[in-house]
Amino acid sequence: MKEVFVDFERCLGCKNCEIYCAVEHSKSKDLFSAVFEEPKPVKRINVVSVDGINFPIRCRHCEEPICVEACPSGALRVENGIVKHDVSRCIGCWMCAVVCPFAAIVAVPDRKIVLKCDRCPDLDVPACVKACPTNALIFCELDEAMREKRRRFVSIISTLKREVVV
Amino acid sequence: MRTIDKAARFLIDKAKEDGVELAWDRLEKQQPQCGFGLLGICCRNCNMGPCRIDPFDGVSRGVCGATADVIVARNLCRMIAAGAAAHSDHGRDMVLTLLMTAEGEAKDYKITDSEKLKRVASEYGVDINRSDVEIARDLAKEIIREFGIEKGFIQFVERAPEKRKEVWKKLGIVPRGIDREIVEIMHRTHIGVDNDYVNLLLHGLRTALSDGWGGSMIATEISDILFGTPKPVKSRANLGVLKEDEVNIIVHGHEPILSEMIALAAEDEELIKLAKEVGAKGINVCGMCCTGNELLMRRGIPIAGNFLHQELAIVTGVVDAIIVDVQCIMPAITEVAKCYHTLIISTSPKAKFPNALHIEFKEEKALEIAKEIVKKAIENFKNRKKELIRIPSESMELIAGFSYEVLADKIDALIDAIKRGDVRGVAALVGCNNPKVPQDRNHVRMAEILIKNNILVVETGCSAIACAKAGLLLPEAVEKAGEGLRKFCESLGIPPVLHMGSCVDISRILVLVAEIAKKLNVDISDLPIAAAAPEWMSEKAVSIGAYAVASGIFTVLGTVPPVLGSKNVTKLLTEDLEKVVGARFAVESDPEKAAKLIIEHIEKKRESLGI
Repeated sequence: MKEVFVDFERCLGCKNCEIYCAVEHSKSKDLFSAVFEEPKPVKRINVVSVDGINFPIRCRHCEEPICVEACPSGALRVENGIVKHDVSRCIGCWMCAVVCPFAAIVAVPDRKIVLKCDRCPDLDVPACVKACPTNALIFCELDEAMREKRRRFVSIISTLKREVVV
Repeated sequence: MRTIDKAARFLIDKAKEDGVELAWDRLEKQQPQCGFGLLGICCRNCNMGPCRIDPFDGVSRGVCGATADVIVARNLCRMIAAGAAAHSDHGRDMVLTLLMTAEGEAKDYKITDSEKLKRVASEYGVDINRSDVEIARDLAKEIIREFGIEKGFIQFVERAPEKRKEVWKKLGIVPRGIDREIVEIMHRTHIGVDNDYVNLLLHGLRTALSDGWGGSMIATEISDILFGTPKPVKSRANLGVLKEDEVNIIVHGHEPILSEMIALAAEDEELIKLAKEVGAKGINVCGMCCTGNELLMRRGIPIAGNFLHQELAIVTGVVDAIIVDVQCIMPAITEVAKCYHTLIISTSPKAKFPNALHIEFKEEKALEIAKEIVKKAIENFKNRKKELIRIPSESMELIAGFSYEVLADKIDALIDAIKRGDVRGVAALVGCNNPKVPQDRNHVRMAEILIKNNILVVETGCSAIACAKAGLLLPEAVEKAGEGLRKFCESLGIPPVLHMGSCVDISRILVLVAEIAKKLNVDISDLPIAAAAPEWMSEKAVSIGAYAVASGIFTVLGTVPPVLGSKNVTKLLTEDLEKVVGARFAVESDPEKAAKLIIEHIEKKRESLGI
């Protein structure tokens, strides 16, 4: 099953993923209409910058999701590998947001609920991934991502070796 | 769908076969485009930034404290400044050429329309009881003063009806000097200057007015003086005007200073002989975009296409040279040219292109340089790659050349027809192609609906070329018009869609509507008229839209301008301006709905006028 991986060194912090996440979760699903909607569409991805590193934070859809365990109202559950959130059951206790190690769950106090990534069930490729202009967000299988990561690691080593030889 | 033009479709397919990337492919690769950019809420005006406003929630101010309103207004003003600068710098080049002509420095140019020279000179208070060159010299010097602040106001503003001038005076937006207004935009939008979006946008309107009633109008009038005022002329449009057995030269860009000389050079006996020596039957000069419109209007030189045809022309494999000056020339054409044999020749010190041959054009040696350029094209004929040649067959007959002067004696008949209701009103369709819209779809569809509803359509720029290709610039197109418009057009022997020139020639439309308003003793904003830029993309179009609205003309935009990030600016442009300048913007990308907006607006204005 494909998942969203982050190649954070490629992230320029443009926040285009944030915008198109909000648009995909709007009523109209159209940027120009979405900006006029009430309630305002909410993004479920947040680009955070610390010490020059940019990182788009979103739900990892953990294999053993602690948020699901922490949810007292049964609003969170796992379905086909995706951590799903039922807004109608949410009581706004923020337990899930507190326990999530990535702070990937977005609290919306005005509406007394949390909102989170649903991995865009209507799309083949999630909106954030499609919106990323530098491919910092990648939608692929876990083993594919790891293969690429290993390959890149080795290519860095080989560069170092060449430098040593020179 | 990428285009409604068969010739374009044919060449888009060929480009794919040839492995050539086009604007549509690049647009696809850009998707989705930056949300902040689309909404106009990114500010790069200082180095505390760049800053963005979150359109949904969160960050609502830049580092300096600028809100979405300020950022959107500043960005829009800068677009107007760039557009007005492009038109007005073109106007300046025309005036400088007129001055050089009068002073005997540019010997290949002459005063062609002496009568118009005297008419314009009289407006400027220049003594006309002298030789043409003396008048031209003084007129040029007078106009040059208007670019700065020496004089304090732009002369052609006087062409507007009294009521309109009063509106401008009351708002304090009478343009004072062409360069001044543009410079002032750059000043006001600098960090920490004008932080009131209403104040910013009012100055934006003033700057746009300095384009429409200044830079652009100057460009039109001086071009007519130097090269002749257009009269109805027959020609053809679309890529089928390219000829396999001749040297094909496309002049692409905007100013007529160069293209007129290329047209002259191509008539040179020796160069024609040279073309025959290399195996061609002759030299075929065709136009593209607005410099093409300039040649089409005055010389009936065929026009190969509009903005989105520039890459496609090269894909035919038979264009031996594209000669460019300034504006709307995609940097991509040199890349496309690499796959074929086409030579891209840049000529302006203002516009150079990597991988193009640069032959700098100088007015002092105009014809000599033009001949050198044409010679390069002829020499390139032998380099054609035979296996890559395929020319689409489409080319449509057309009539262009409807300058204000041609229409002046028809104004009374038009007013009568409007009063009778045979003609409901007049709509101007102008502006670009934009790959976000299937090429020509909005231009052609809107023109068809409007004439069907008895609205006379006047056009310039890429819009006019779109309708030319669709066969709407012909008297026979009245078949598609409503009964009343048909009767009117037939009585005057004119098409229902009139080609009034290049983009700077929207100034001709301003003069036309000003004269109609004066005859009826009303303001421009009272008239049953409207405008649309159905496929706009350039900053020039933003300036045009702004001066049209500031002149009192309801204007429909076919692509969304980058302003929706500010609700206040959006409301000002699409609602509140109505109370301020008597006109507003509307945004509608569906051509049927956009045409409907225009029809409703025209009917509303008729009702107010009691006709």
